[in-house]
Amino acid sequence: MLTIKNLHARVVEGTPILKGISLEVKAGEVHAIMGPNGSGKSTLARIIAGHPDYQVTDGTIEYEVNRRRQNLLDLEPHERACAGIFLAFQYPVDVPGVSNAVFLRASFNAVCRYQGLPELDPLDFDDLLKEKLAMLDMNPAYVDRPVNVDFSGGEKKRNEILQMAILNPRLAVLDETDSGLDVDSLKLVAEGVNRLRTPTNATLMITHYERLLKYIRPDVVHVLDAGRIVRTGDYSLAEEVERRGYDWLQGAGAA
Amino acid sequence: MPDTMTSTADSYKYGFVTAVEADTIQKGLNEDVIRLISSKKQEPPFLLEFRLKAYRWWLEQVEPRWAHVTFPPIDYQAIRYFSAPKPAKPKLGSLSEVDPEVLATFERLGIPLGEQKRLSGVAVDAVFDSVSVGTTHKEVLAKHGIVFCSFSEAAREHPALVESYLGSVVPFNDNYFAALNSAVFTDGSFVFIPKGVKCPMDLSTYFRINAAETGQFERTLIIAEEGASVSYVEGCTAPMRDENQLHAAVVELIALDDATVKYSTVQNWYPGDQDGKGGIYNFVTKRGRCAGRNSKISWTQVEAGAAITWKYPSVILKGDNSVGEFYSVALTNHCMQADTGTKMIHLGRNTRSTIVSKGIACERSRNSYRGLVRITPGAEGARNYSQCDSMLVGDACEANTFPYIEVGNNTAVVEHEATTSKISAEQLFYLQSRGLDKEAAVSLLVNGFCKDVFKTLPLEFSVEAVRLLEMKLESSVG
Repeated sequence: MLTIKNLHARVVEGTPILKGISLEVKAGEVHAIMGPNGSGKSTLARIIAGHPDYQVTDGTIEYEVNRRRQNLLDLEPHERACAGIFLAFQYPVDVPGVSNAVFLRASFNAVCRYQGLPELDPLDFDDLLKEKLAMLDMNPAYVDRPVNVDFSGGEKKRNEILQMAILNPRLAVLDETDSGLDVDSLKLVAEGVNRLRTPTNATLMITHYERLLKYIRPDVVHVLDAGRIVRTGDYSLAEEVERRGYDWLQGAGAA
Repeated sequence: MPDTMTSTADSYKYGFVTAVEADTIQKGLNEDVIRLISSKKQEPPFLLEFRLKAYRWWLEQVEPRWAHVTFPPIDYQAIRYFSAPKPAKPKLGSLSEVDPEVLATFERLGIPLGEQKRLSGVAVDAVFDSVSVGTTHKEVLAKHGIVFCSFSEAAREHPALVESYLGSVVPFNDNYFAALNSAVFTDGSFVFIPKGVKCPMDLSTYFRINAAETGQFERTLIIAEEGASVSYVEGCTAPMRDENQLHAAVVELIALDDATVKYSTVQNWYPGDQDGKGGIYNFVTKRGRCAGRNSKISWTQVEAGAAITWKYPSVILKGDNSVGEFYSVALTNHCMQADTGTKMIHLGRNTRSTIVSKGIACERSRNSYRGLVRITPGAEGARNYSQCDSMLVGDACEANTFPYIEVGNNTAVVEHEATTSKISAEQLFYLQSRGLDKEAAVSLLVNGFCKDVFKTLPLEFSVEAVRLLEMKLESSVG
């Protein structure tokens, strides 16, 4: 589904951050990307979504759904979203004055238009929204509040998962979705993500700690350091990182 | 209304000039110029006296500088105070006698005036430089006893009404620019809604400045008698020129017992170029008097143009239980400056006022809300609610709020809320990453910010206002 080859990237006109990342995510898989602060994890997530602050200097990102292969770097951020890529933000952004319901419907219908599907009118959309709220065990009062304004950390992260549930992406990229969450909130968020897993979609989790991986089991774990993947393994790699930290892996990819 | 007031910040699409033969007078201002204007308009003597009184007062005044805007001194002798397109036939009376170029101009602005094409749901008075060139739907309105015509025509046809109400809300010596207007005003609209009549359609005036080095000084007077109601909309554009042009208007509204006047403005004067060269100085005095019990005056303004905007549409709440409202969206970009707000003067008992102001400042612009809420000692049980929000787009712009609250009666309830927020690149990316393109993202943000104001506009103008703001913002947002 997602094929990244030799990706080099930097902050626009700034210092290089990613120095040759290659990885492949197949439909149905869950990948975790771990690594110390500043290793480039969040940068990778944001580049996949098309954040304008970054510049790809070398390498390719290909995205394939229904046997249609696209060069992701040719697509605008909203086109990537419409093509089925979803980034759950590490720091979800406040949108004052715009209610969650209005935002979600605008977003849902934009994706429908792009994919040539009929849009939903407010009543039908309301039914869909209620169904997803129930599935995620979320309070319906959420939807009338302005997007993320005065939300607690946990509410913001759950709101990201609600958006994900509505947009039903093929590839979900979760950027430090566990950060700032207490254990109860973490469980709720993880349950939400697990409920949305299907054999046709894939998840890429960016995380510093192993604890999220207890609740969302990855098939593949990559450790990133200084802009390179220094080790790839199965879940046991995450456990080893939890036990030993990152020090023993650092510098391993430099050779 | 189709596509009337849209523009982009970079290509102001109403910036064209119409080549038209004009009847103009020499630049400069003195009593002879005022007498000439008055005689050209065949005015009754009381009007000339009103003008001269205002002029003599104005001469002794100093141009006020208290607003939070800066501009070089205005040379009032370098302005032409009258310019009218010459009629195709000697006397302006029906549209067939108007220079076809002028009609074509209004058509290009989206305001067709001809019988076949004119807008069906809105009666329009079209003002070109100093004169009204035509008013549509007059006959239909006349059946209801409604008078909707140019100010000049009203002065000739309905002198008693004009004499009794002119200057009753904004006196000739109210302020510097109102006095200048009182001395030299050329045209504008006049509306009279008789007792008990609900005006069956929106009334609208479209102001167009065309001639160079000419000021536009229009005067609008709207009177709603007991139980009457009317919704009035004004729009405006001007050519792109490197020199600044002065627009100093006066609008007076009068609502008697149980009457309602709703006045909406979508202002899109030429704002000058990106570096602030040229553009209209929009120095306007607008005020309404809720003279009767249970009367209501509601201002809605969308200020998206003009190099400098300096206006405070206000309401004097004289009648008991009367209601004043002010809803405003002021958008400034490039080097535009706006100092705008309202005054709510509570005189009667149980009077209520609501102020909702949304300022959007982009690029190097300066955007200020200035408002006064005055509860006089006699205003038992008065209430005011004010909400003033500012949105900043970029780092070089400026937003200010100057609220003045004077409470002289301890039964009054006055609330004031203010917020400042910012459209950031991160916010846009967030919305884009949910499938919305940049345009849709900006539109969602601006609509969210301004929705409390837009919902008070007549529907078709609300759609236009949203589009106008989106286009202005597109060039300003990252």
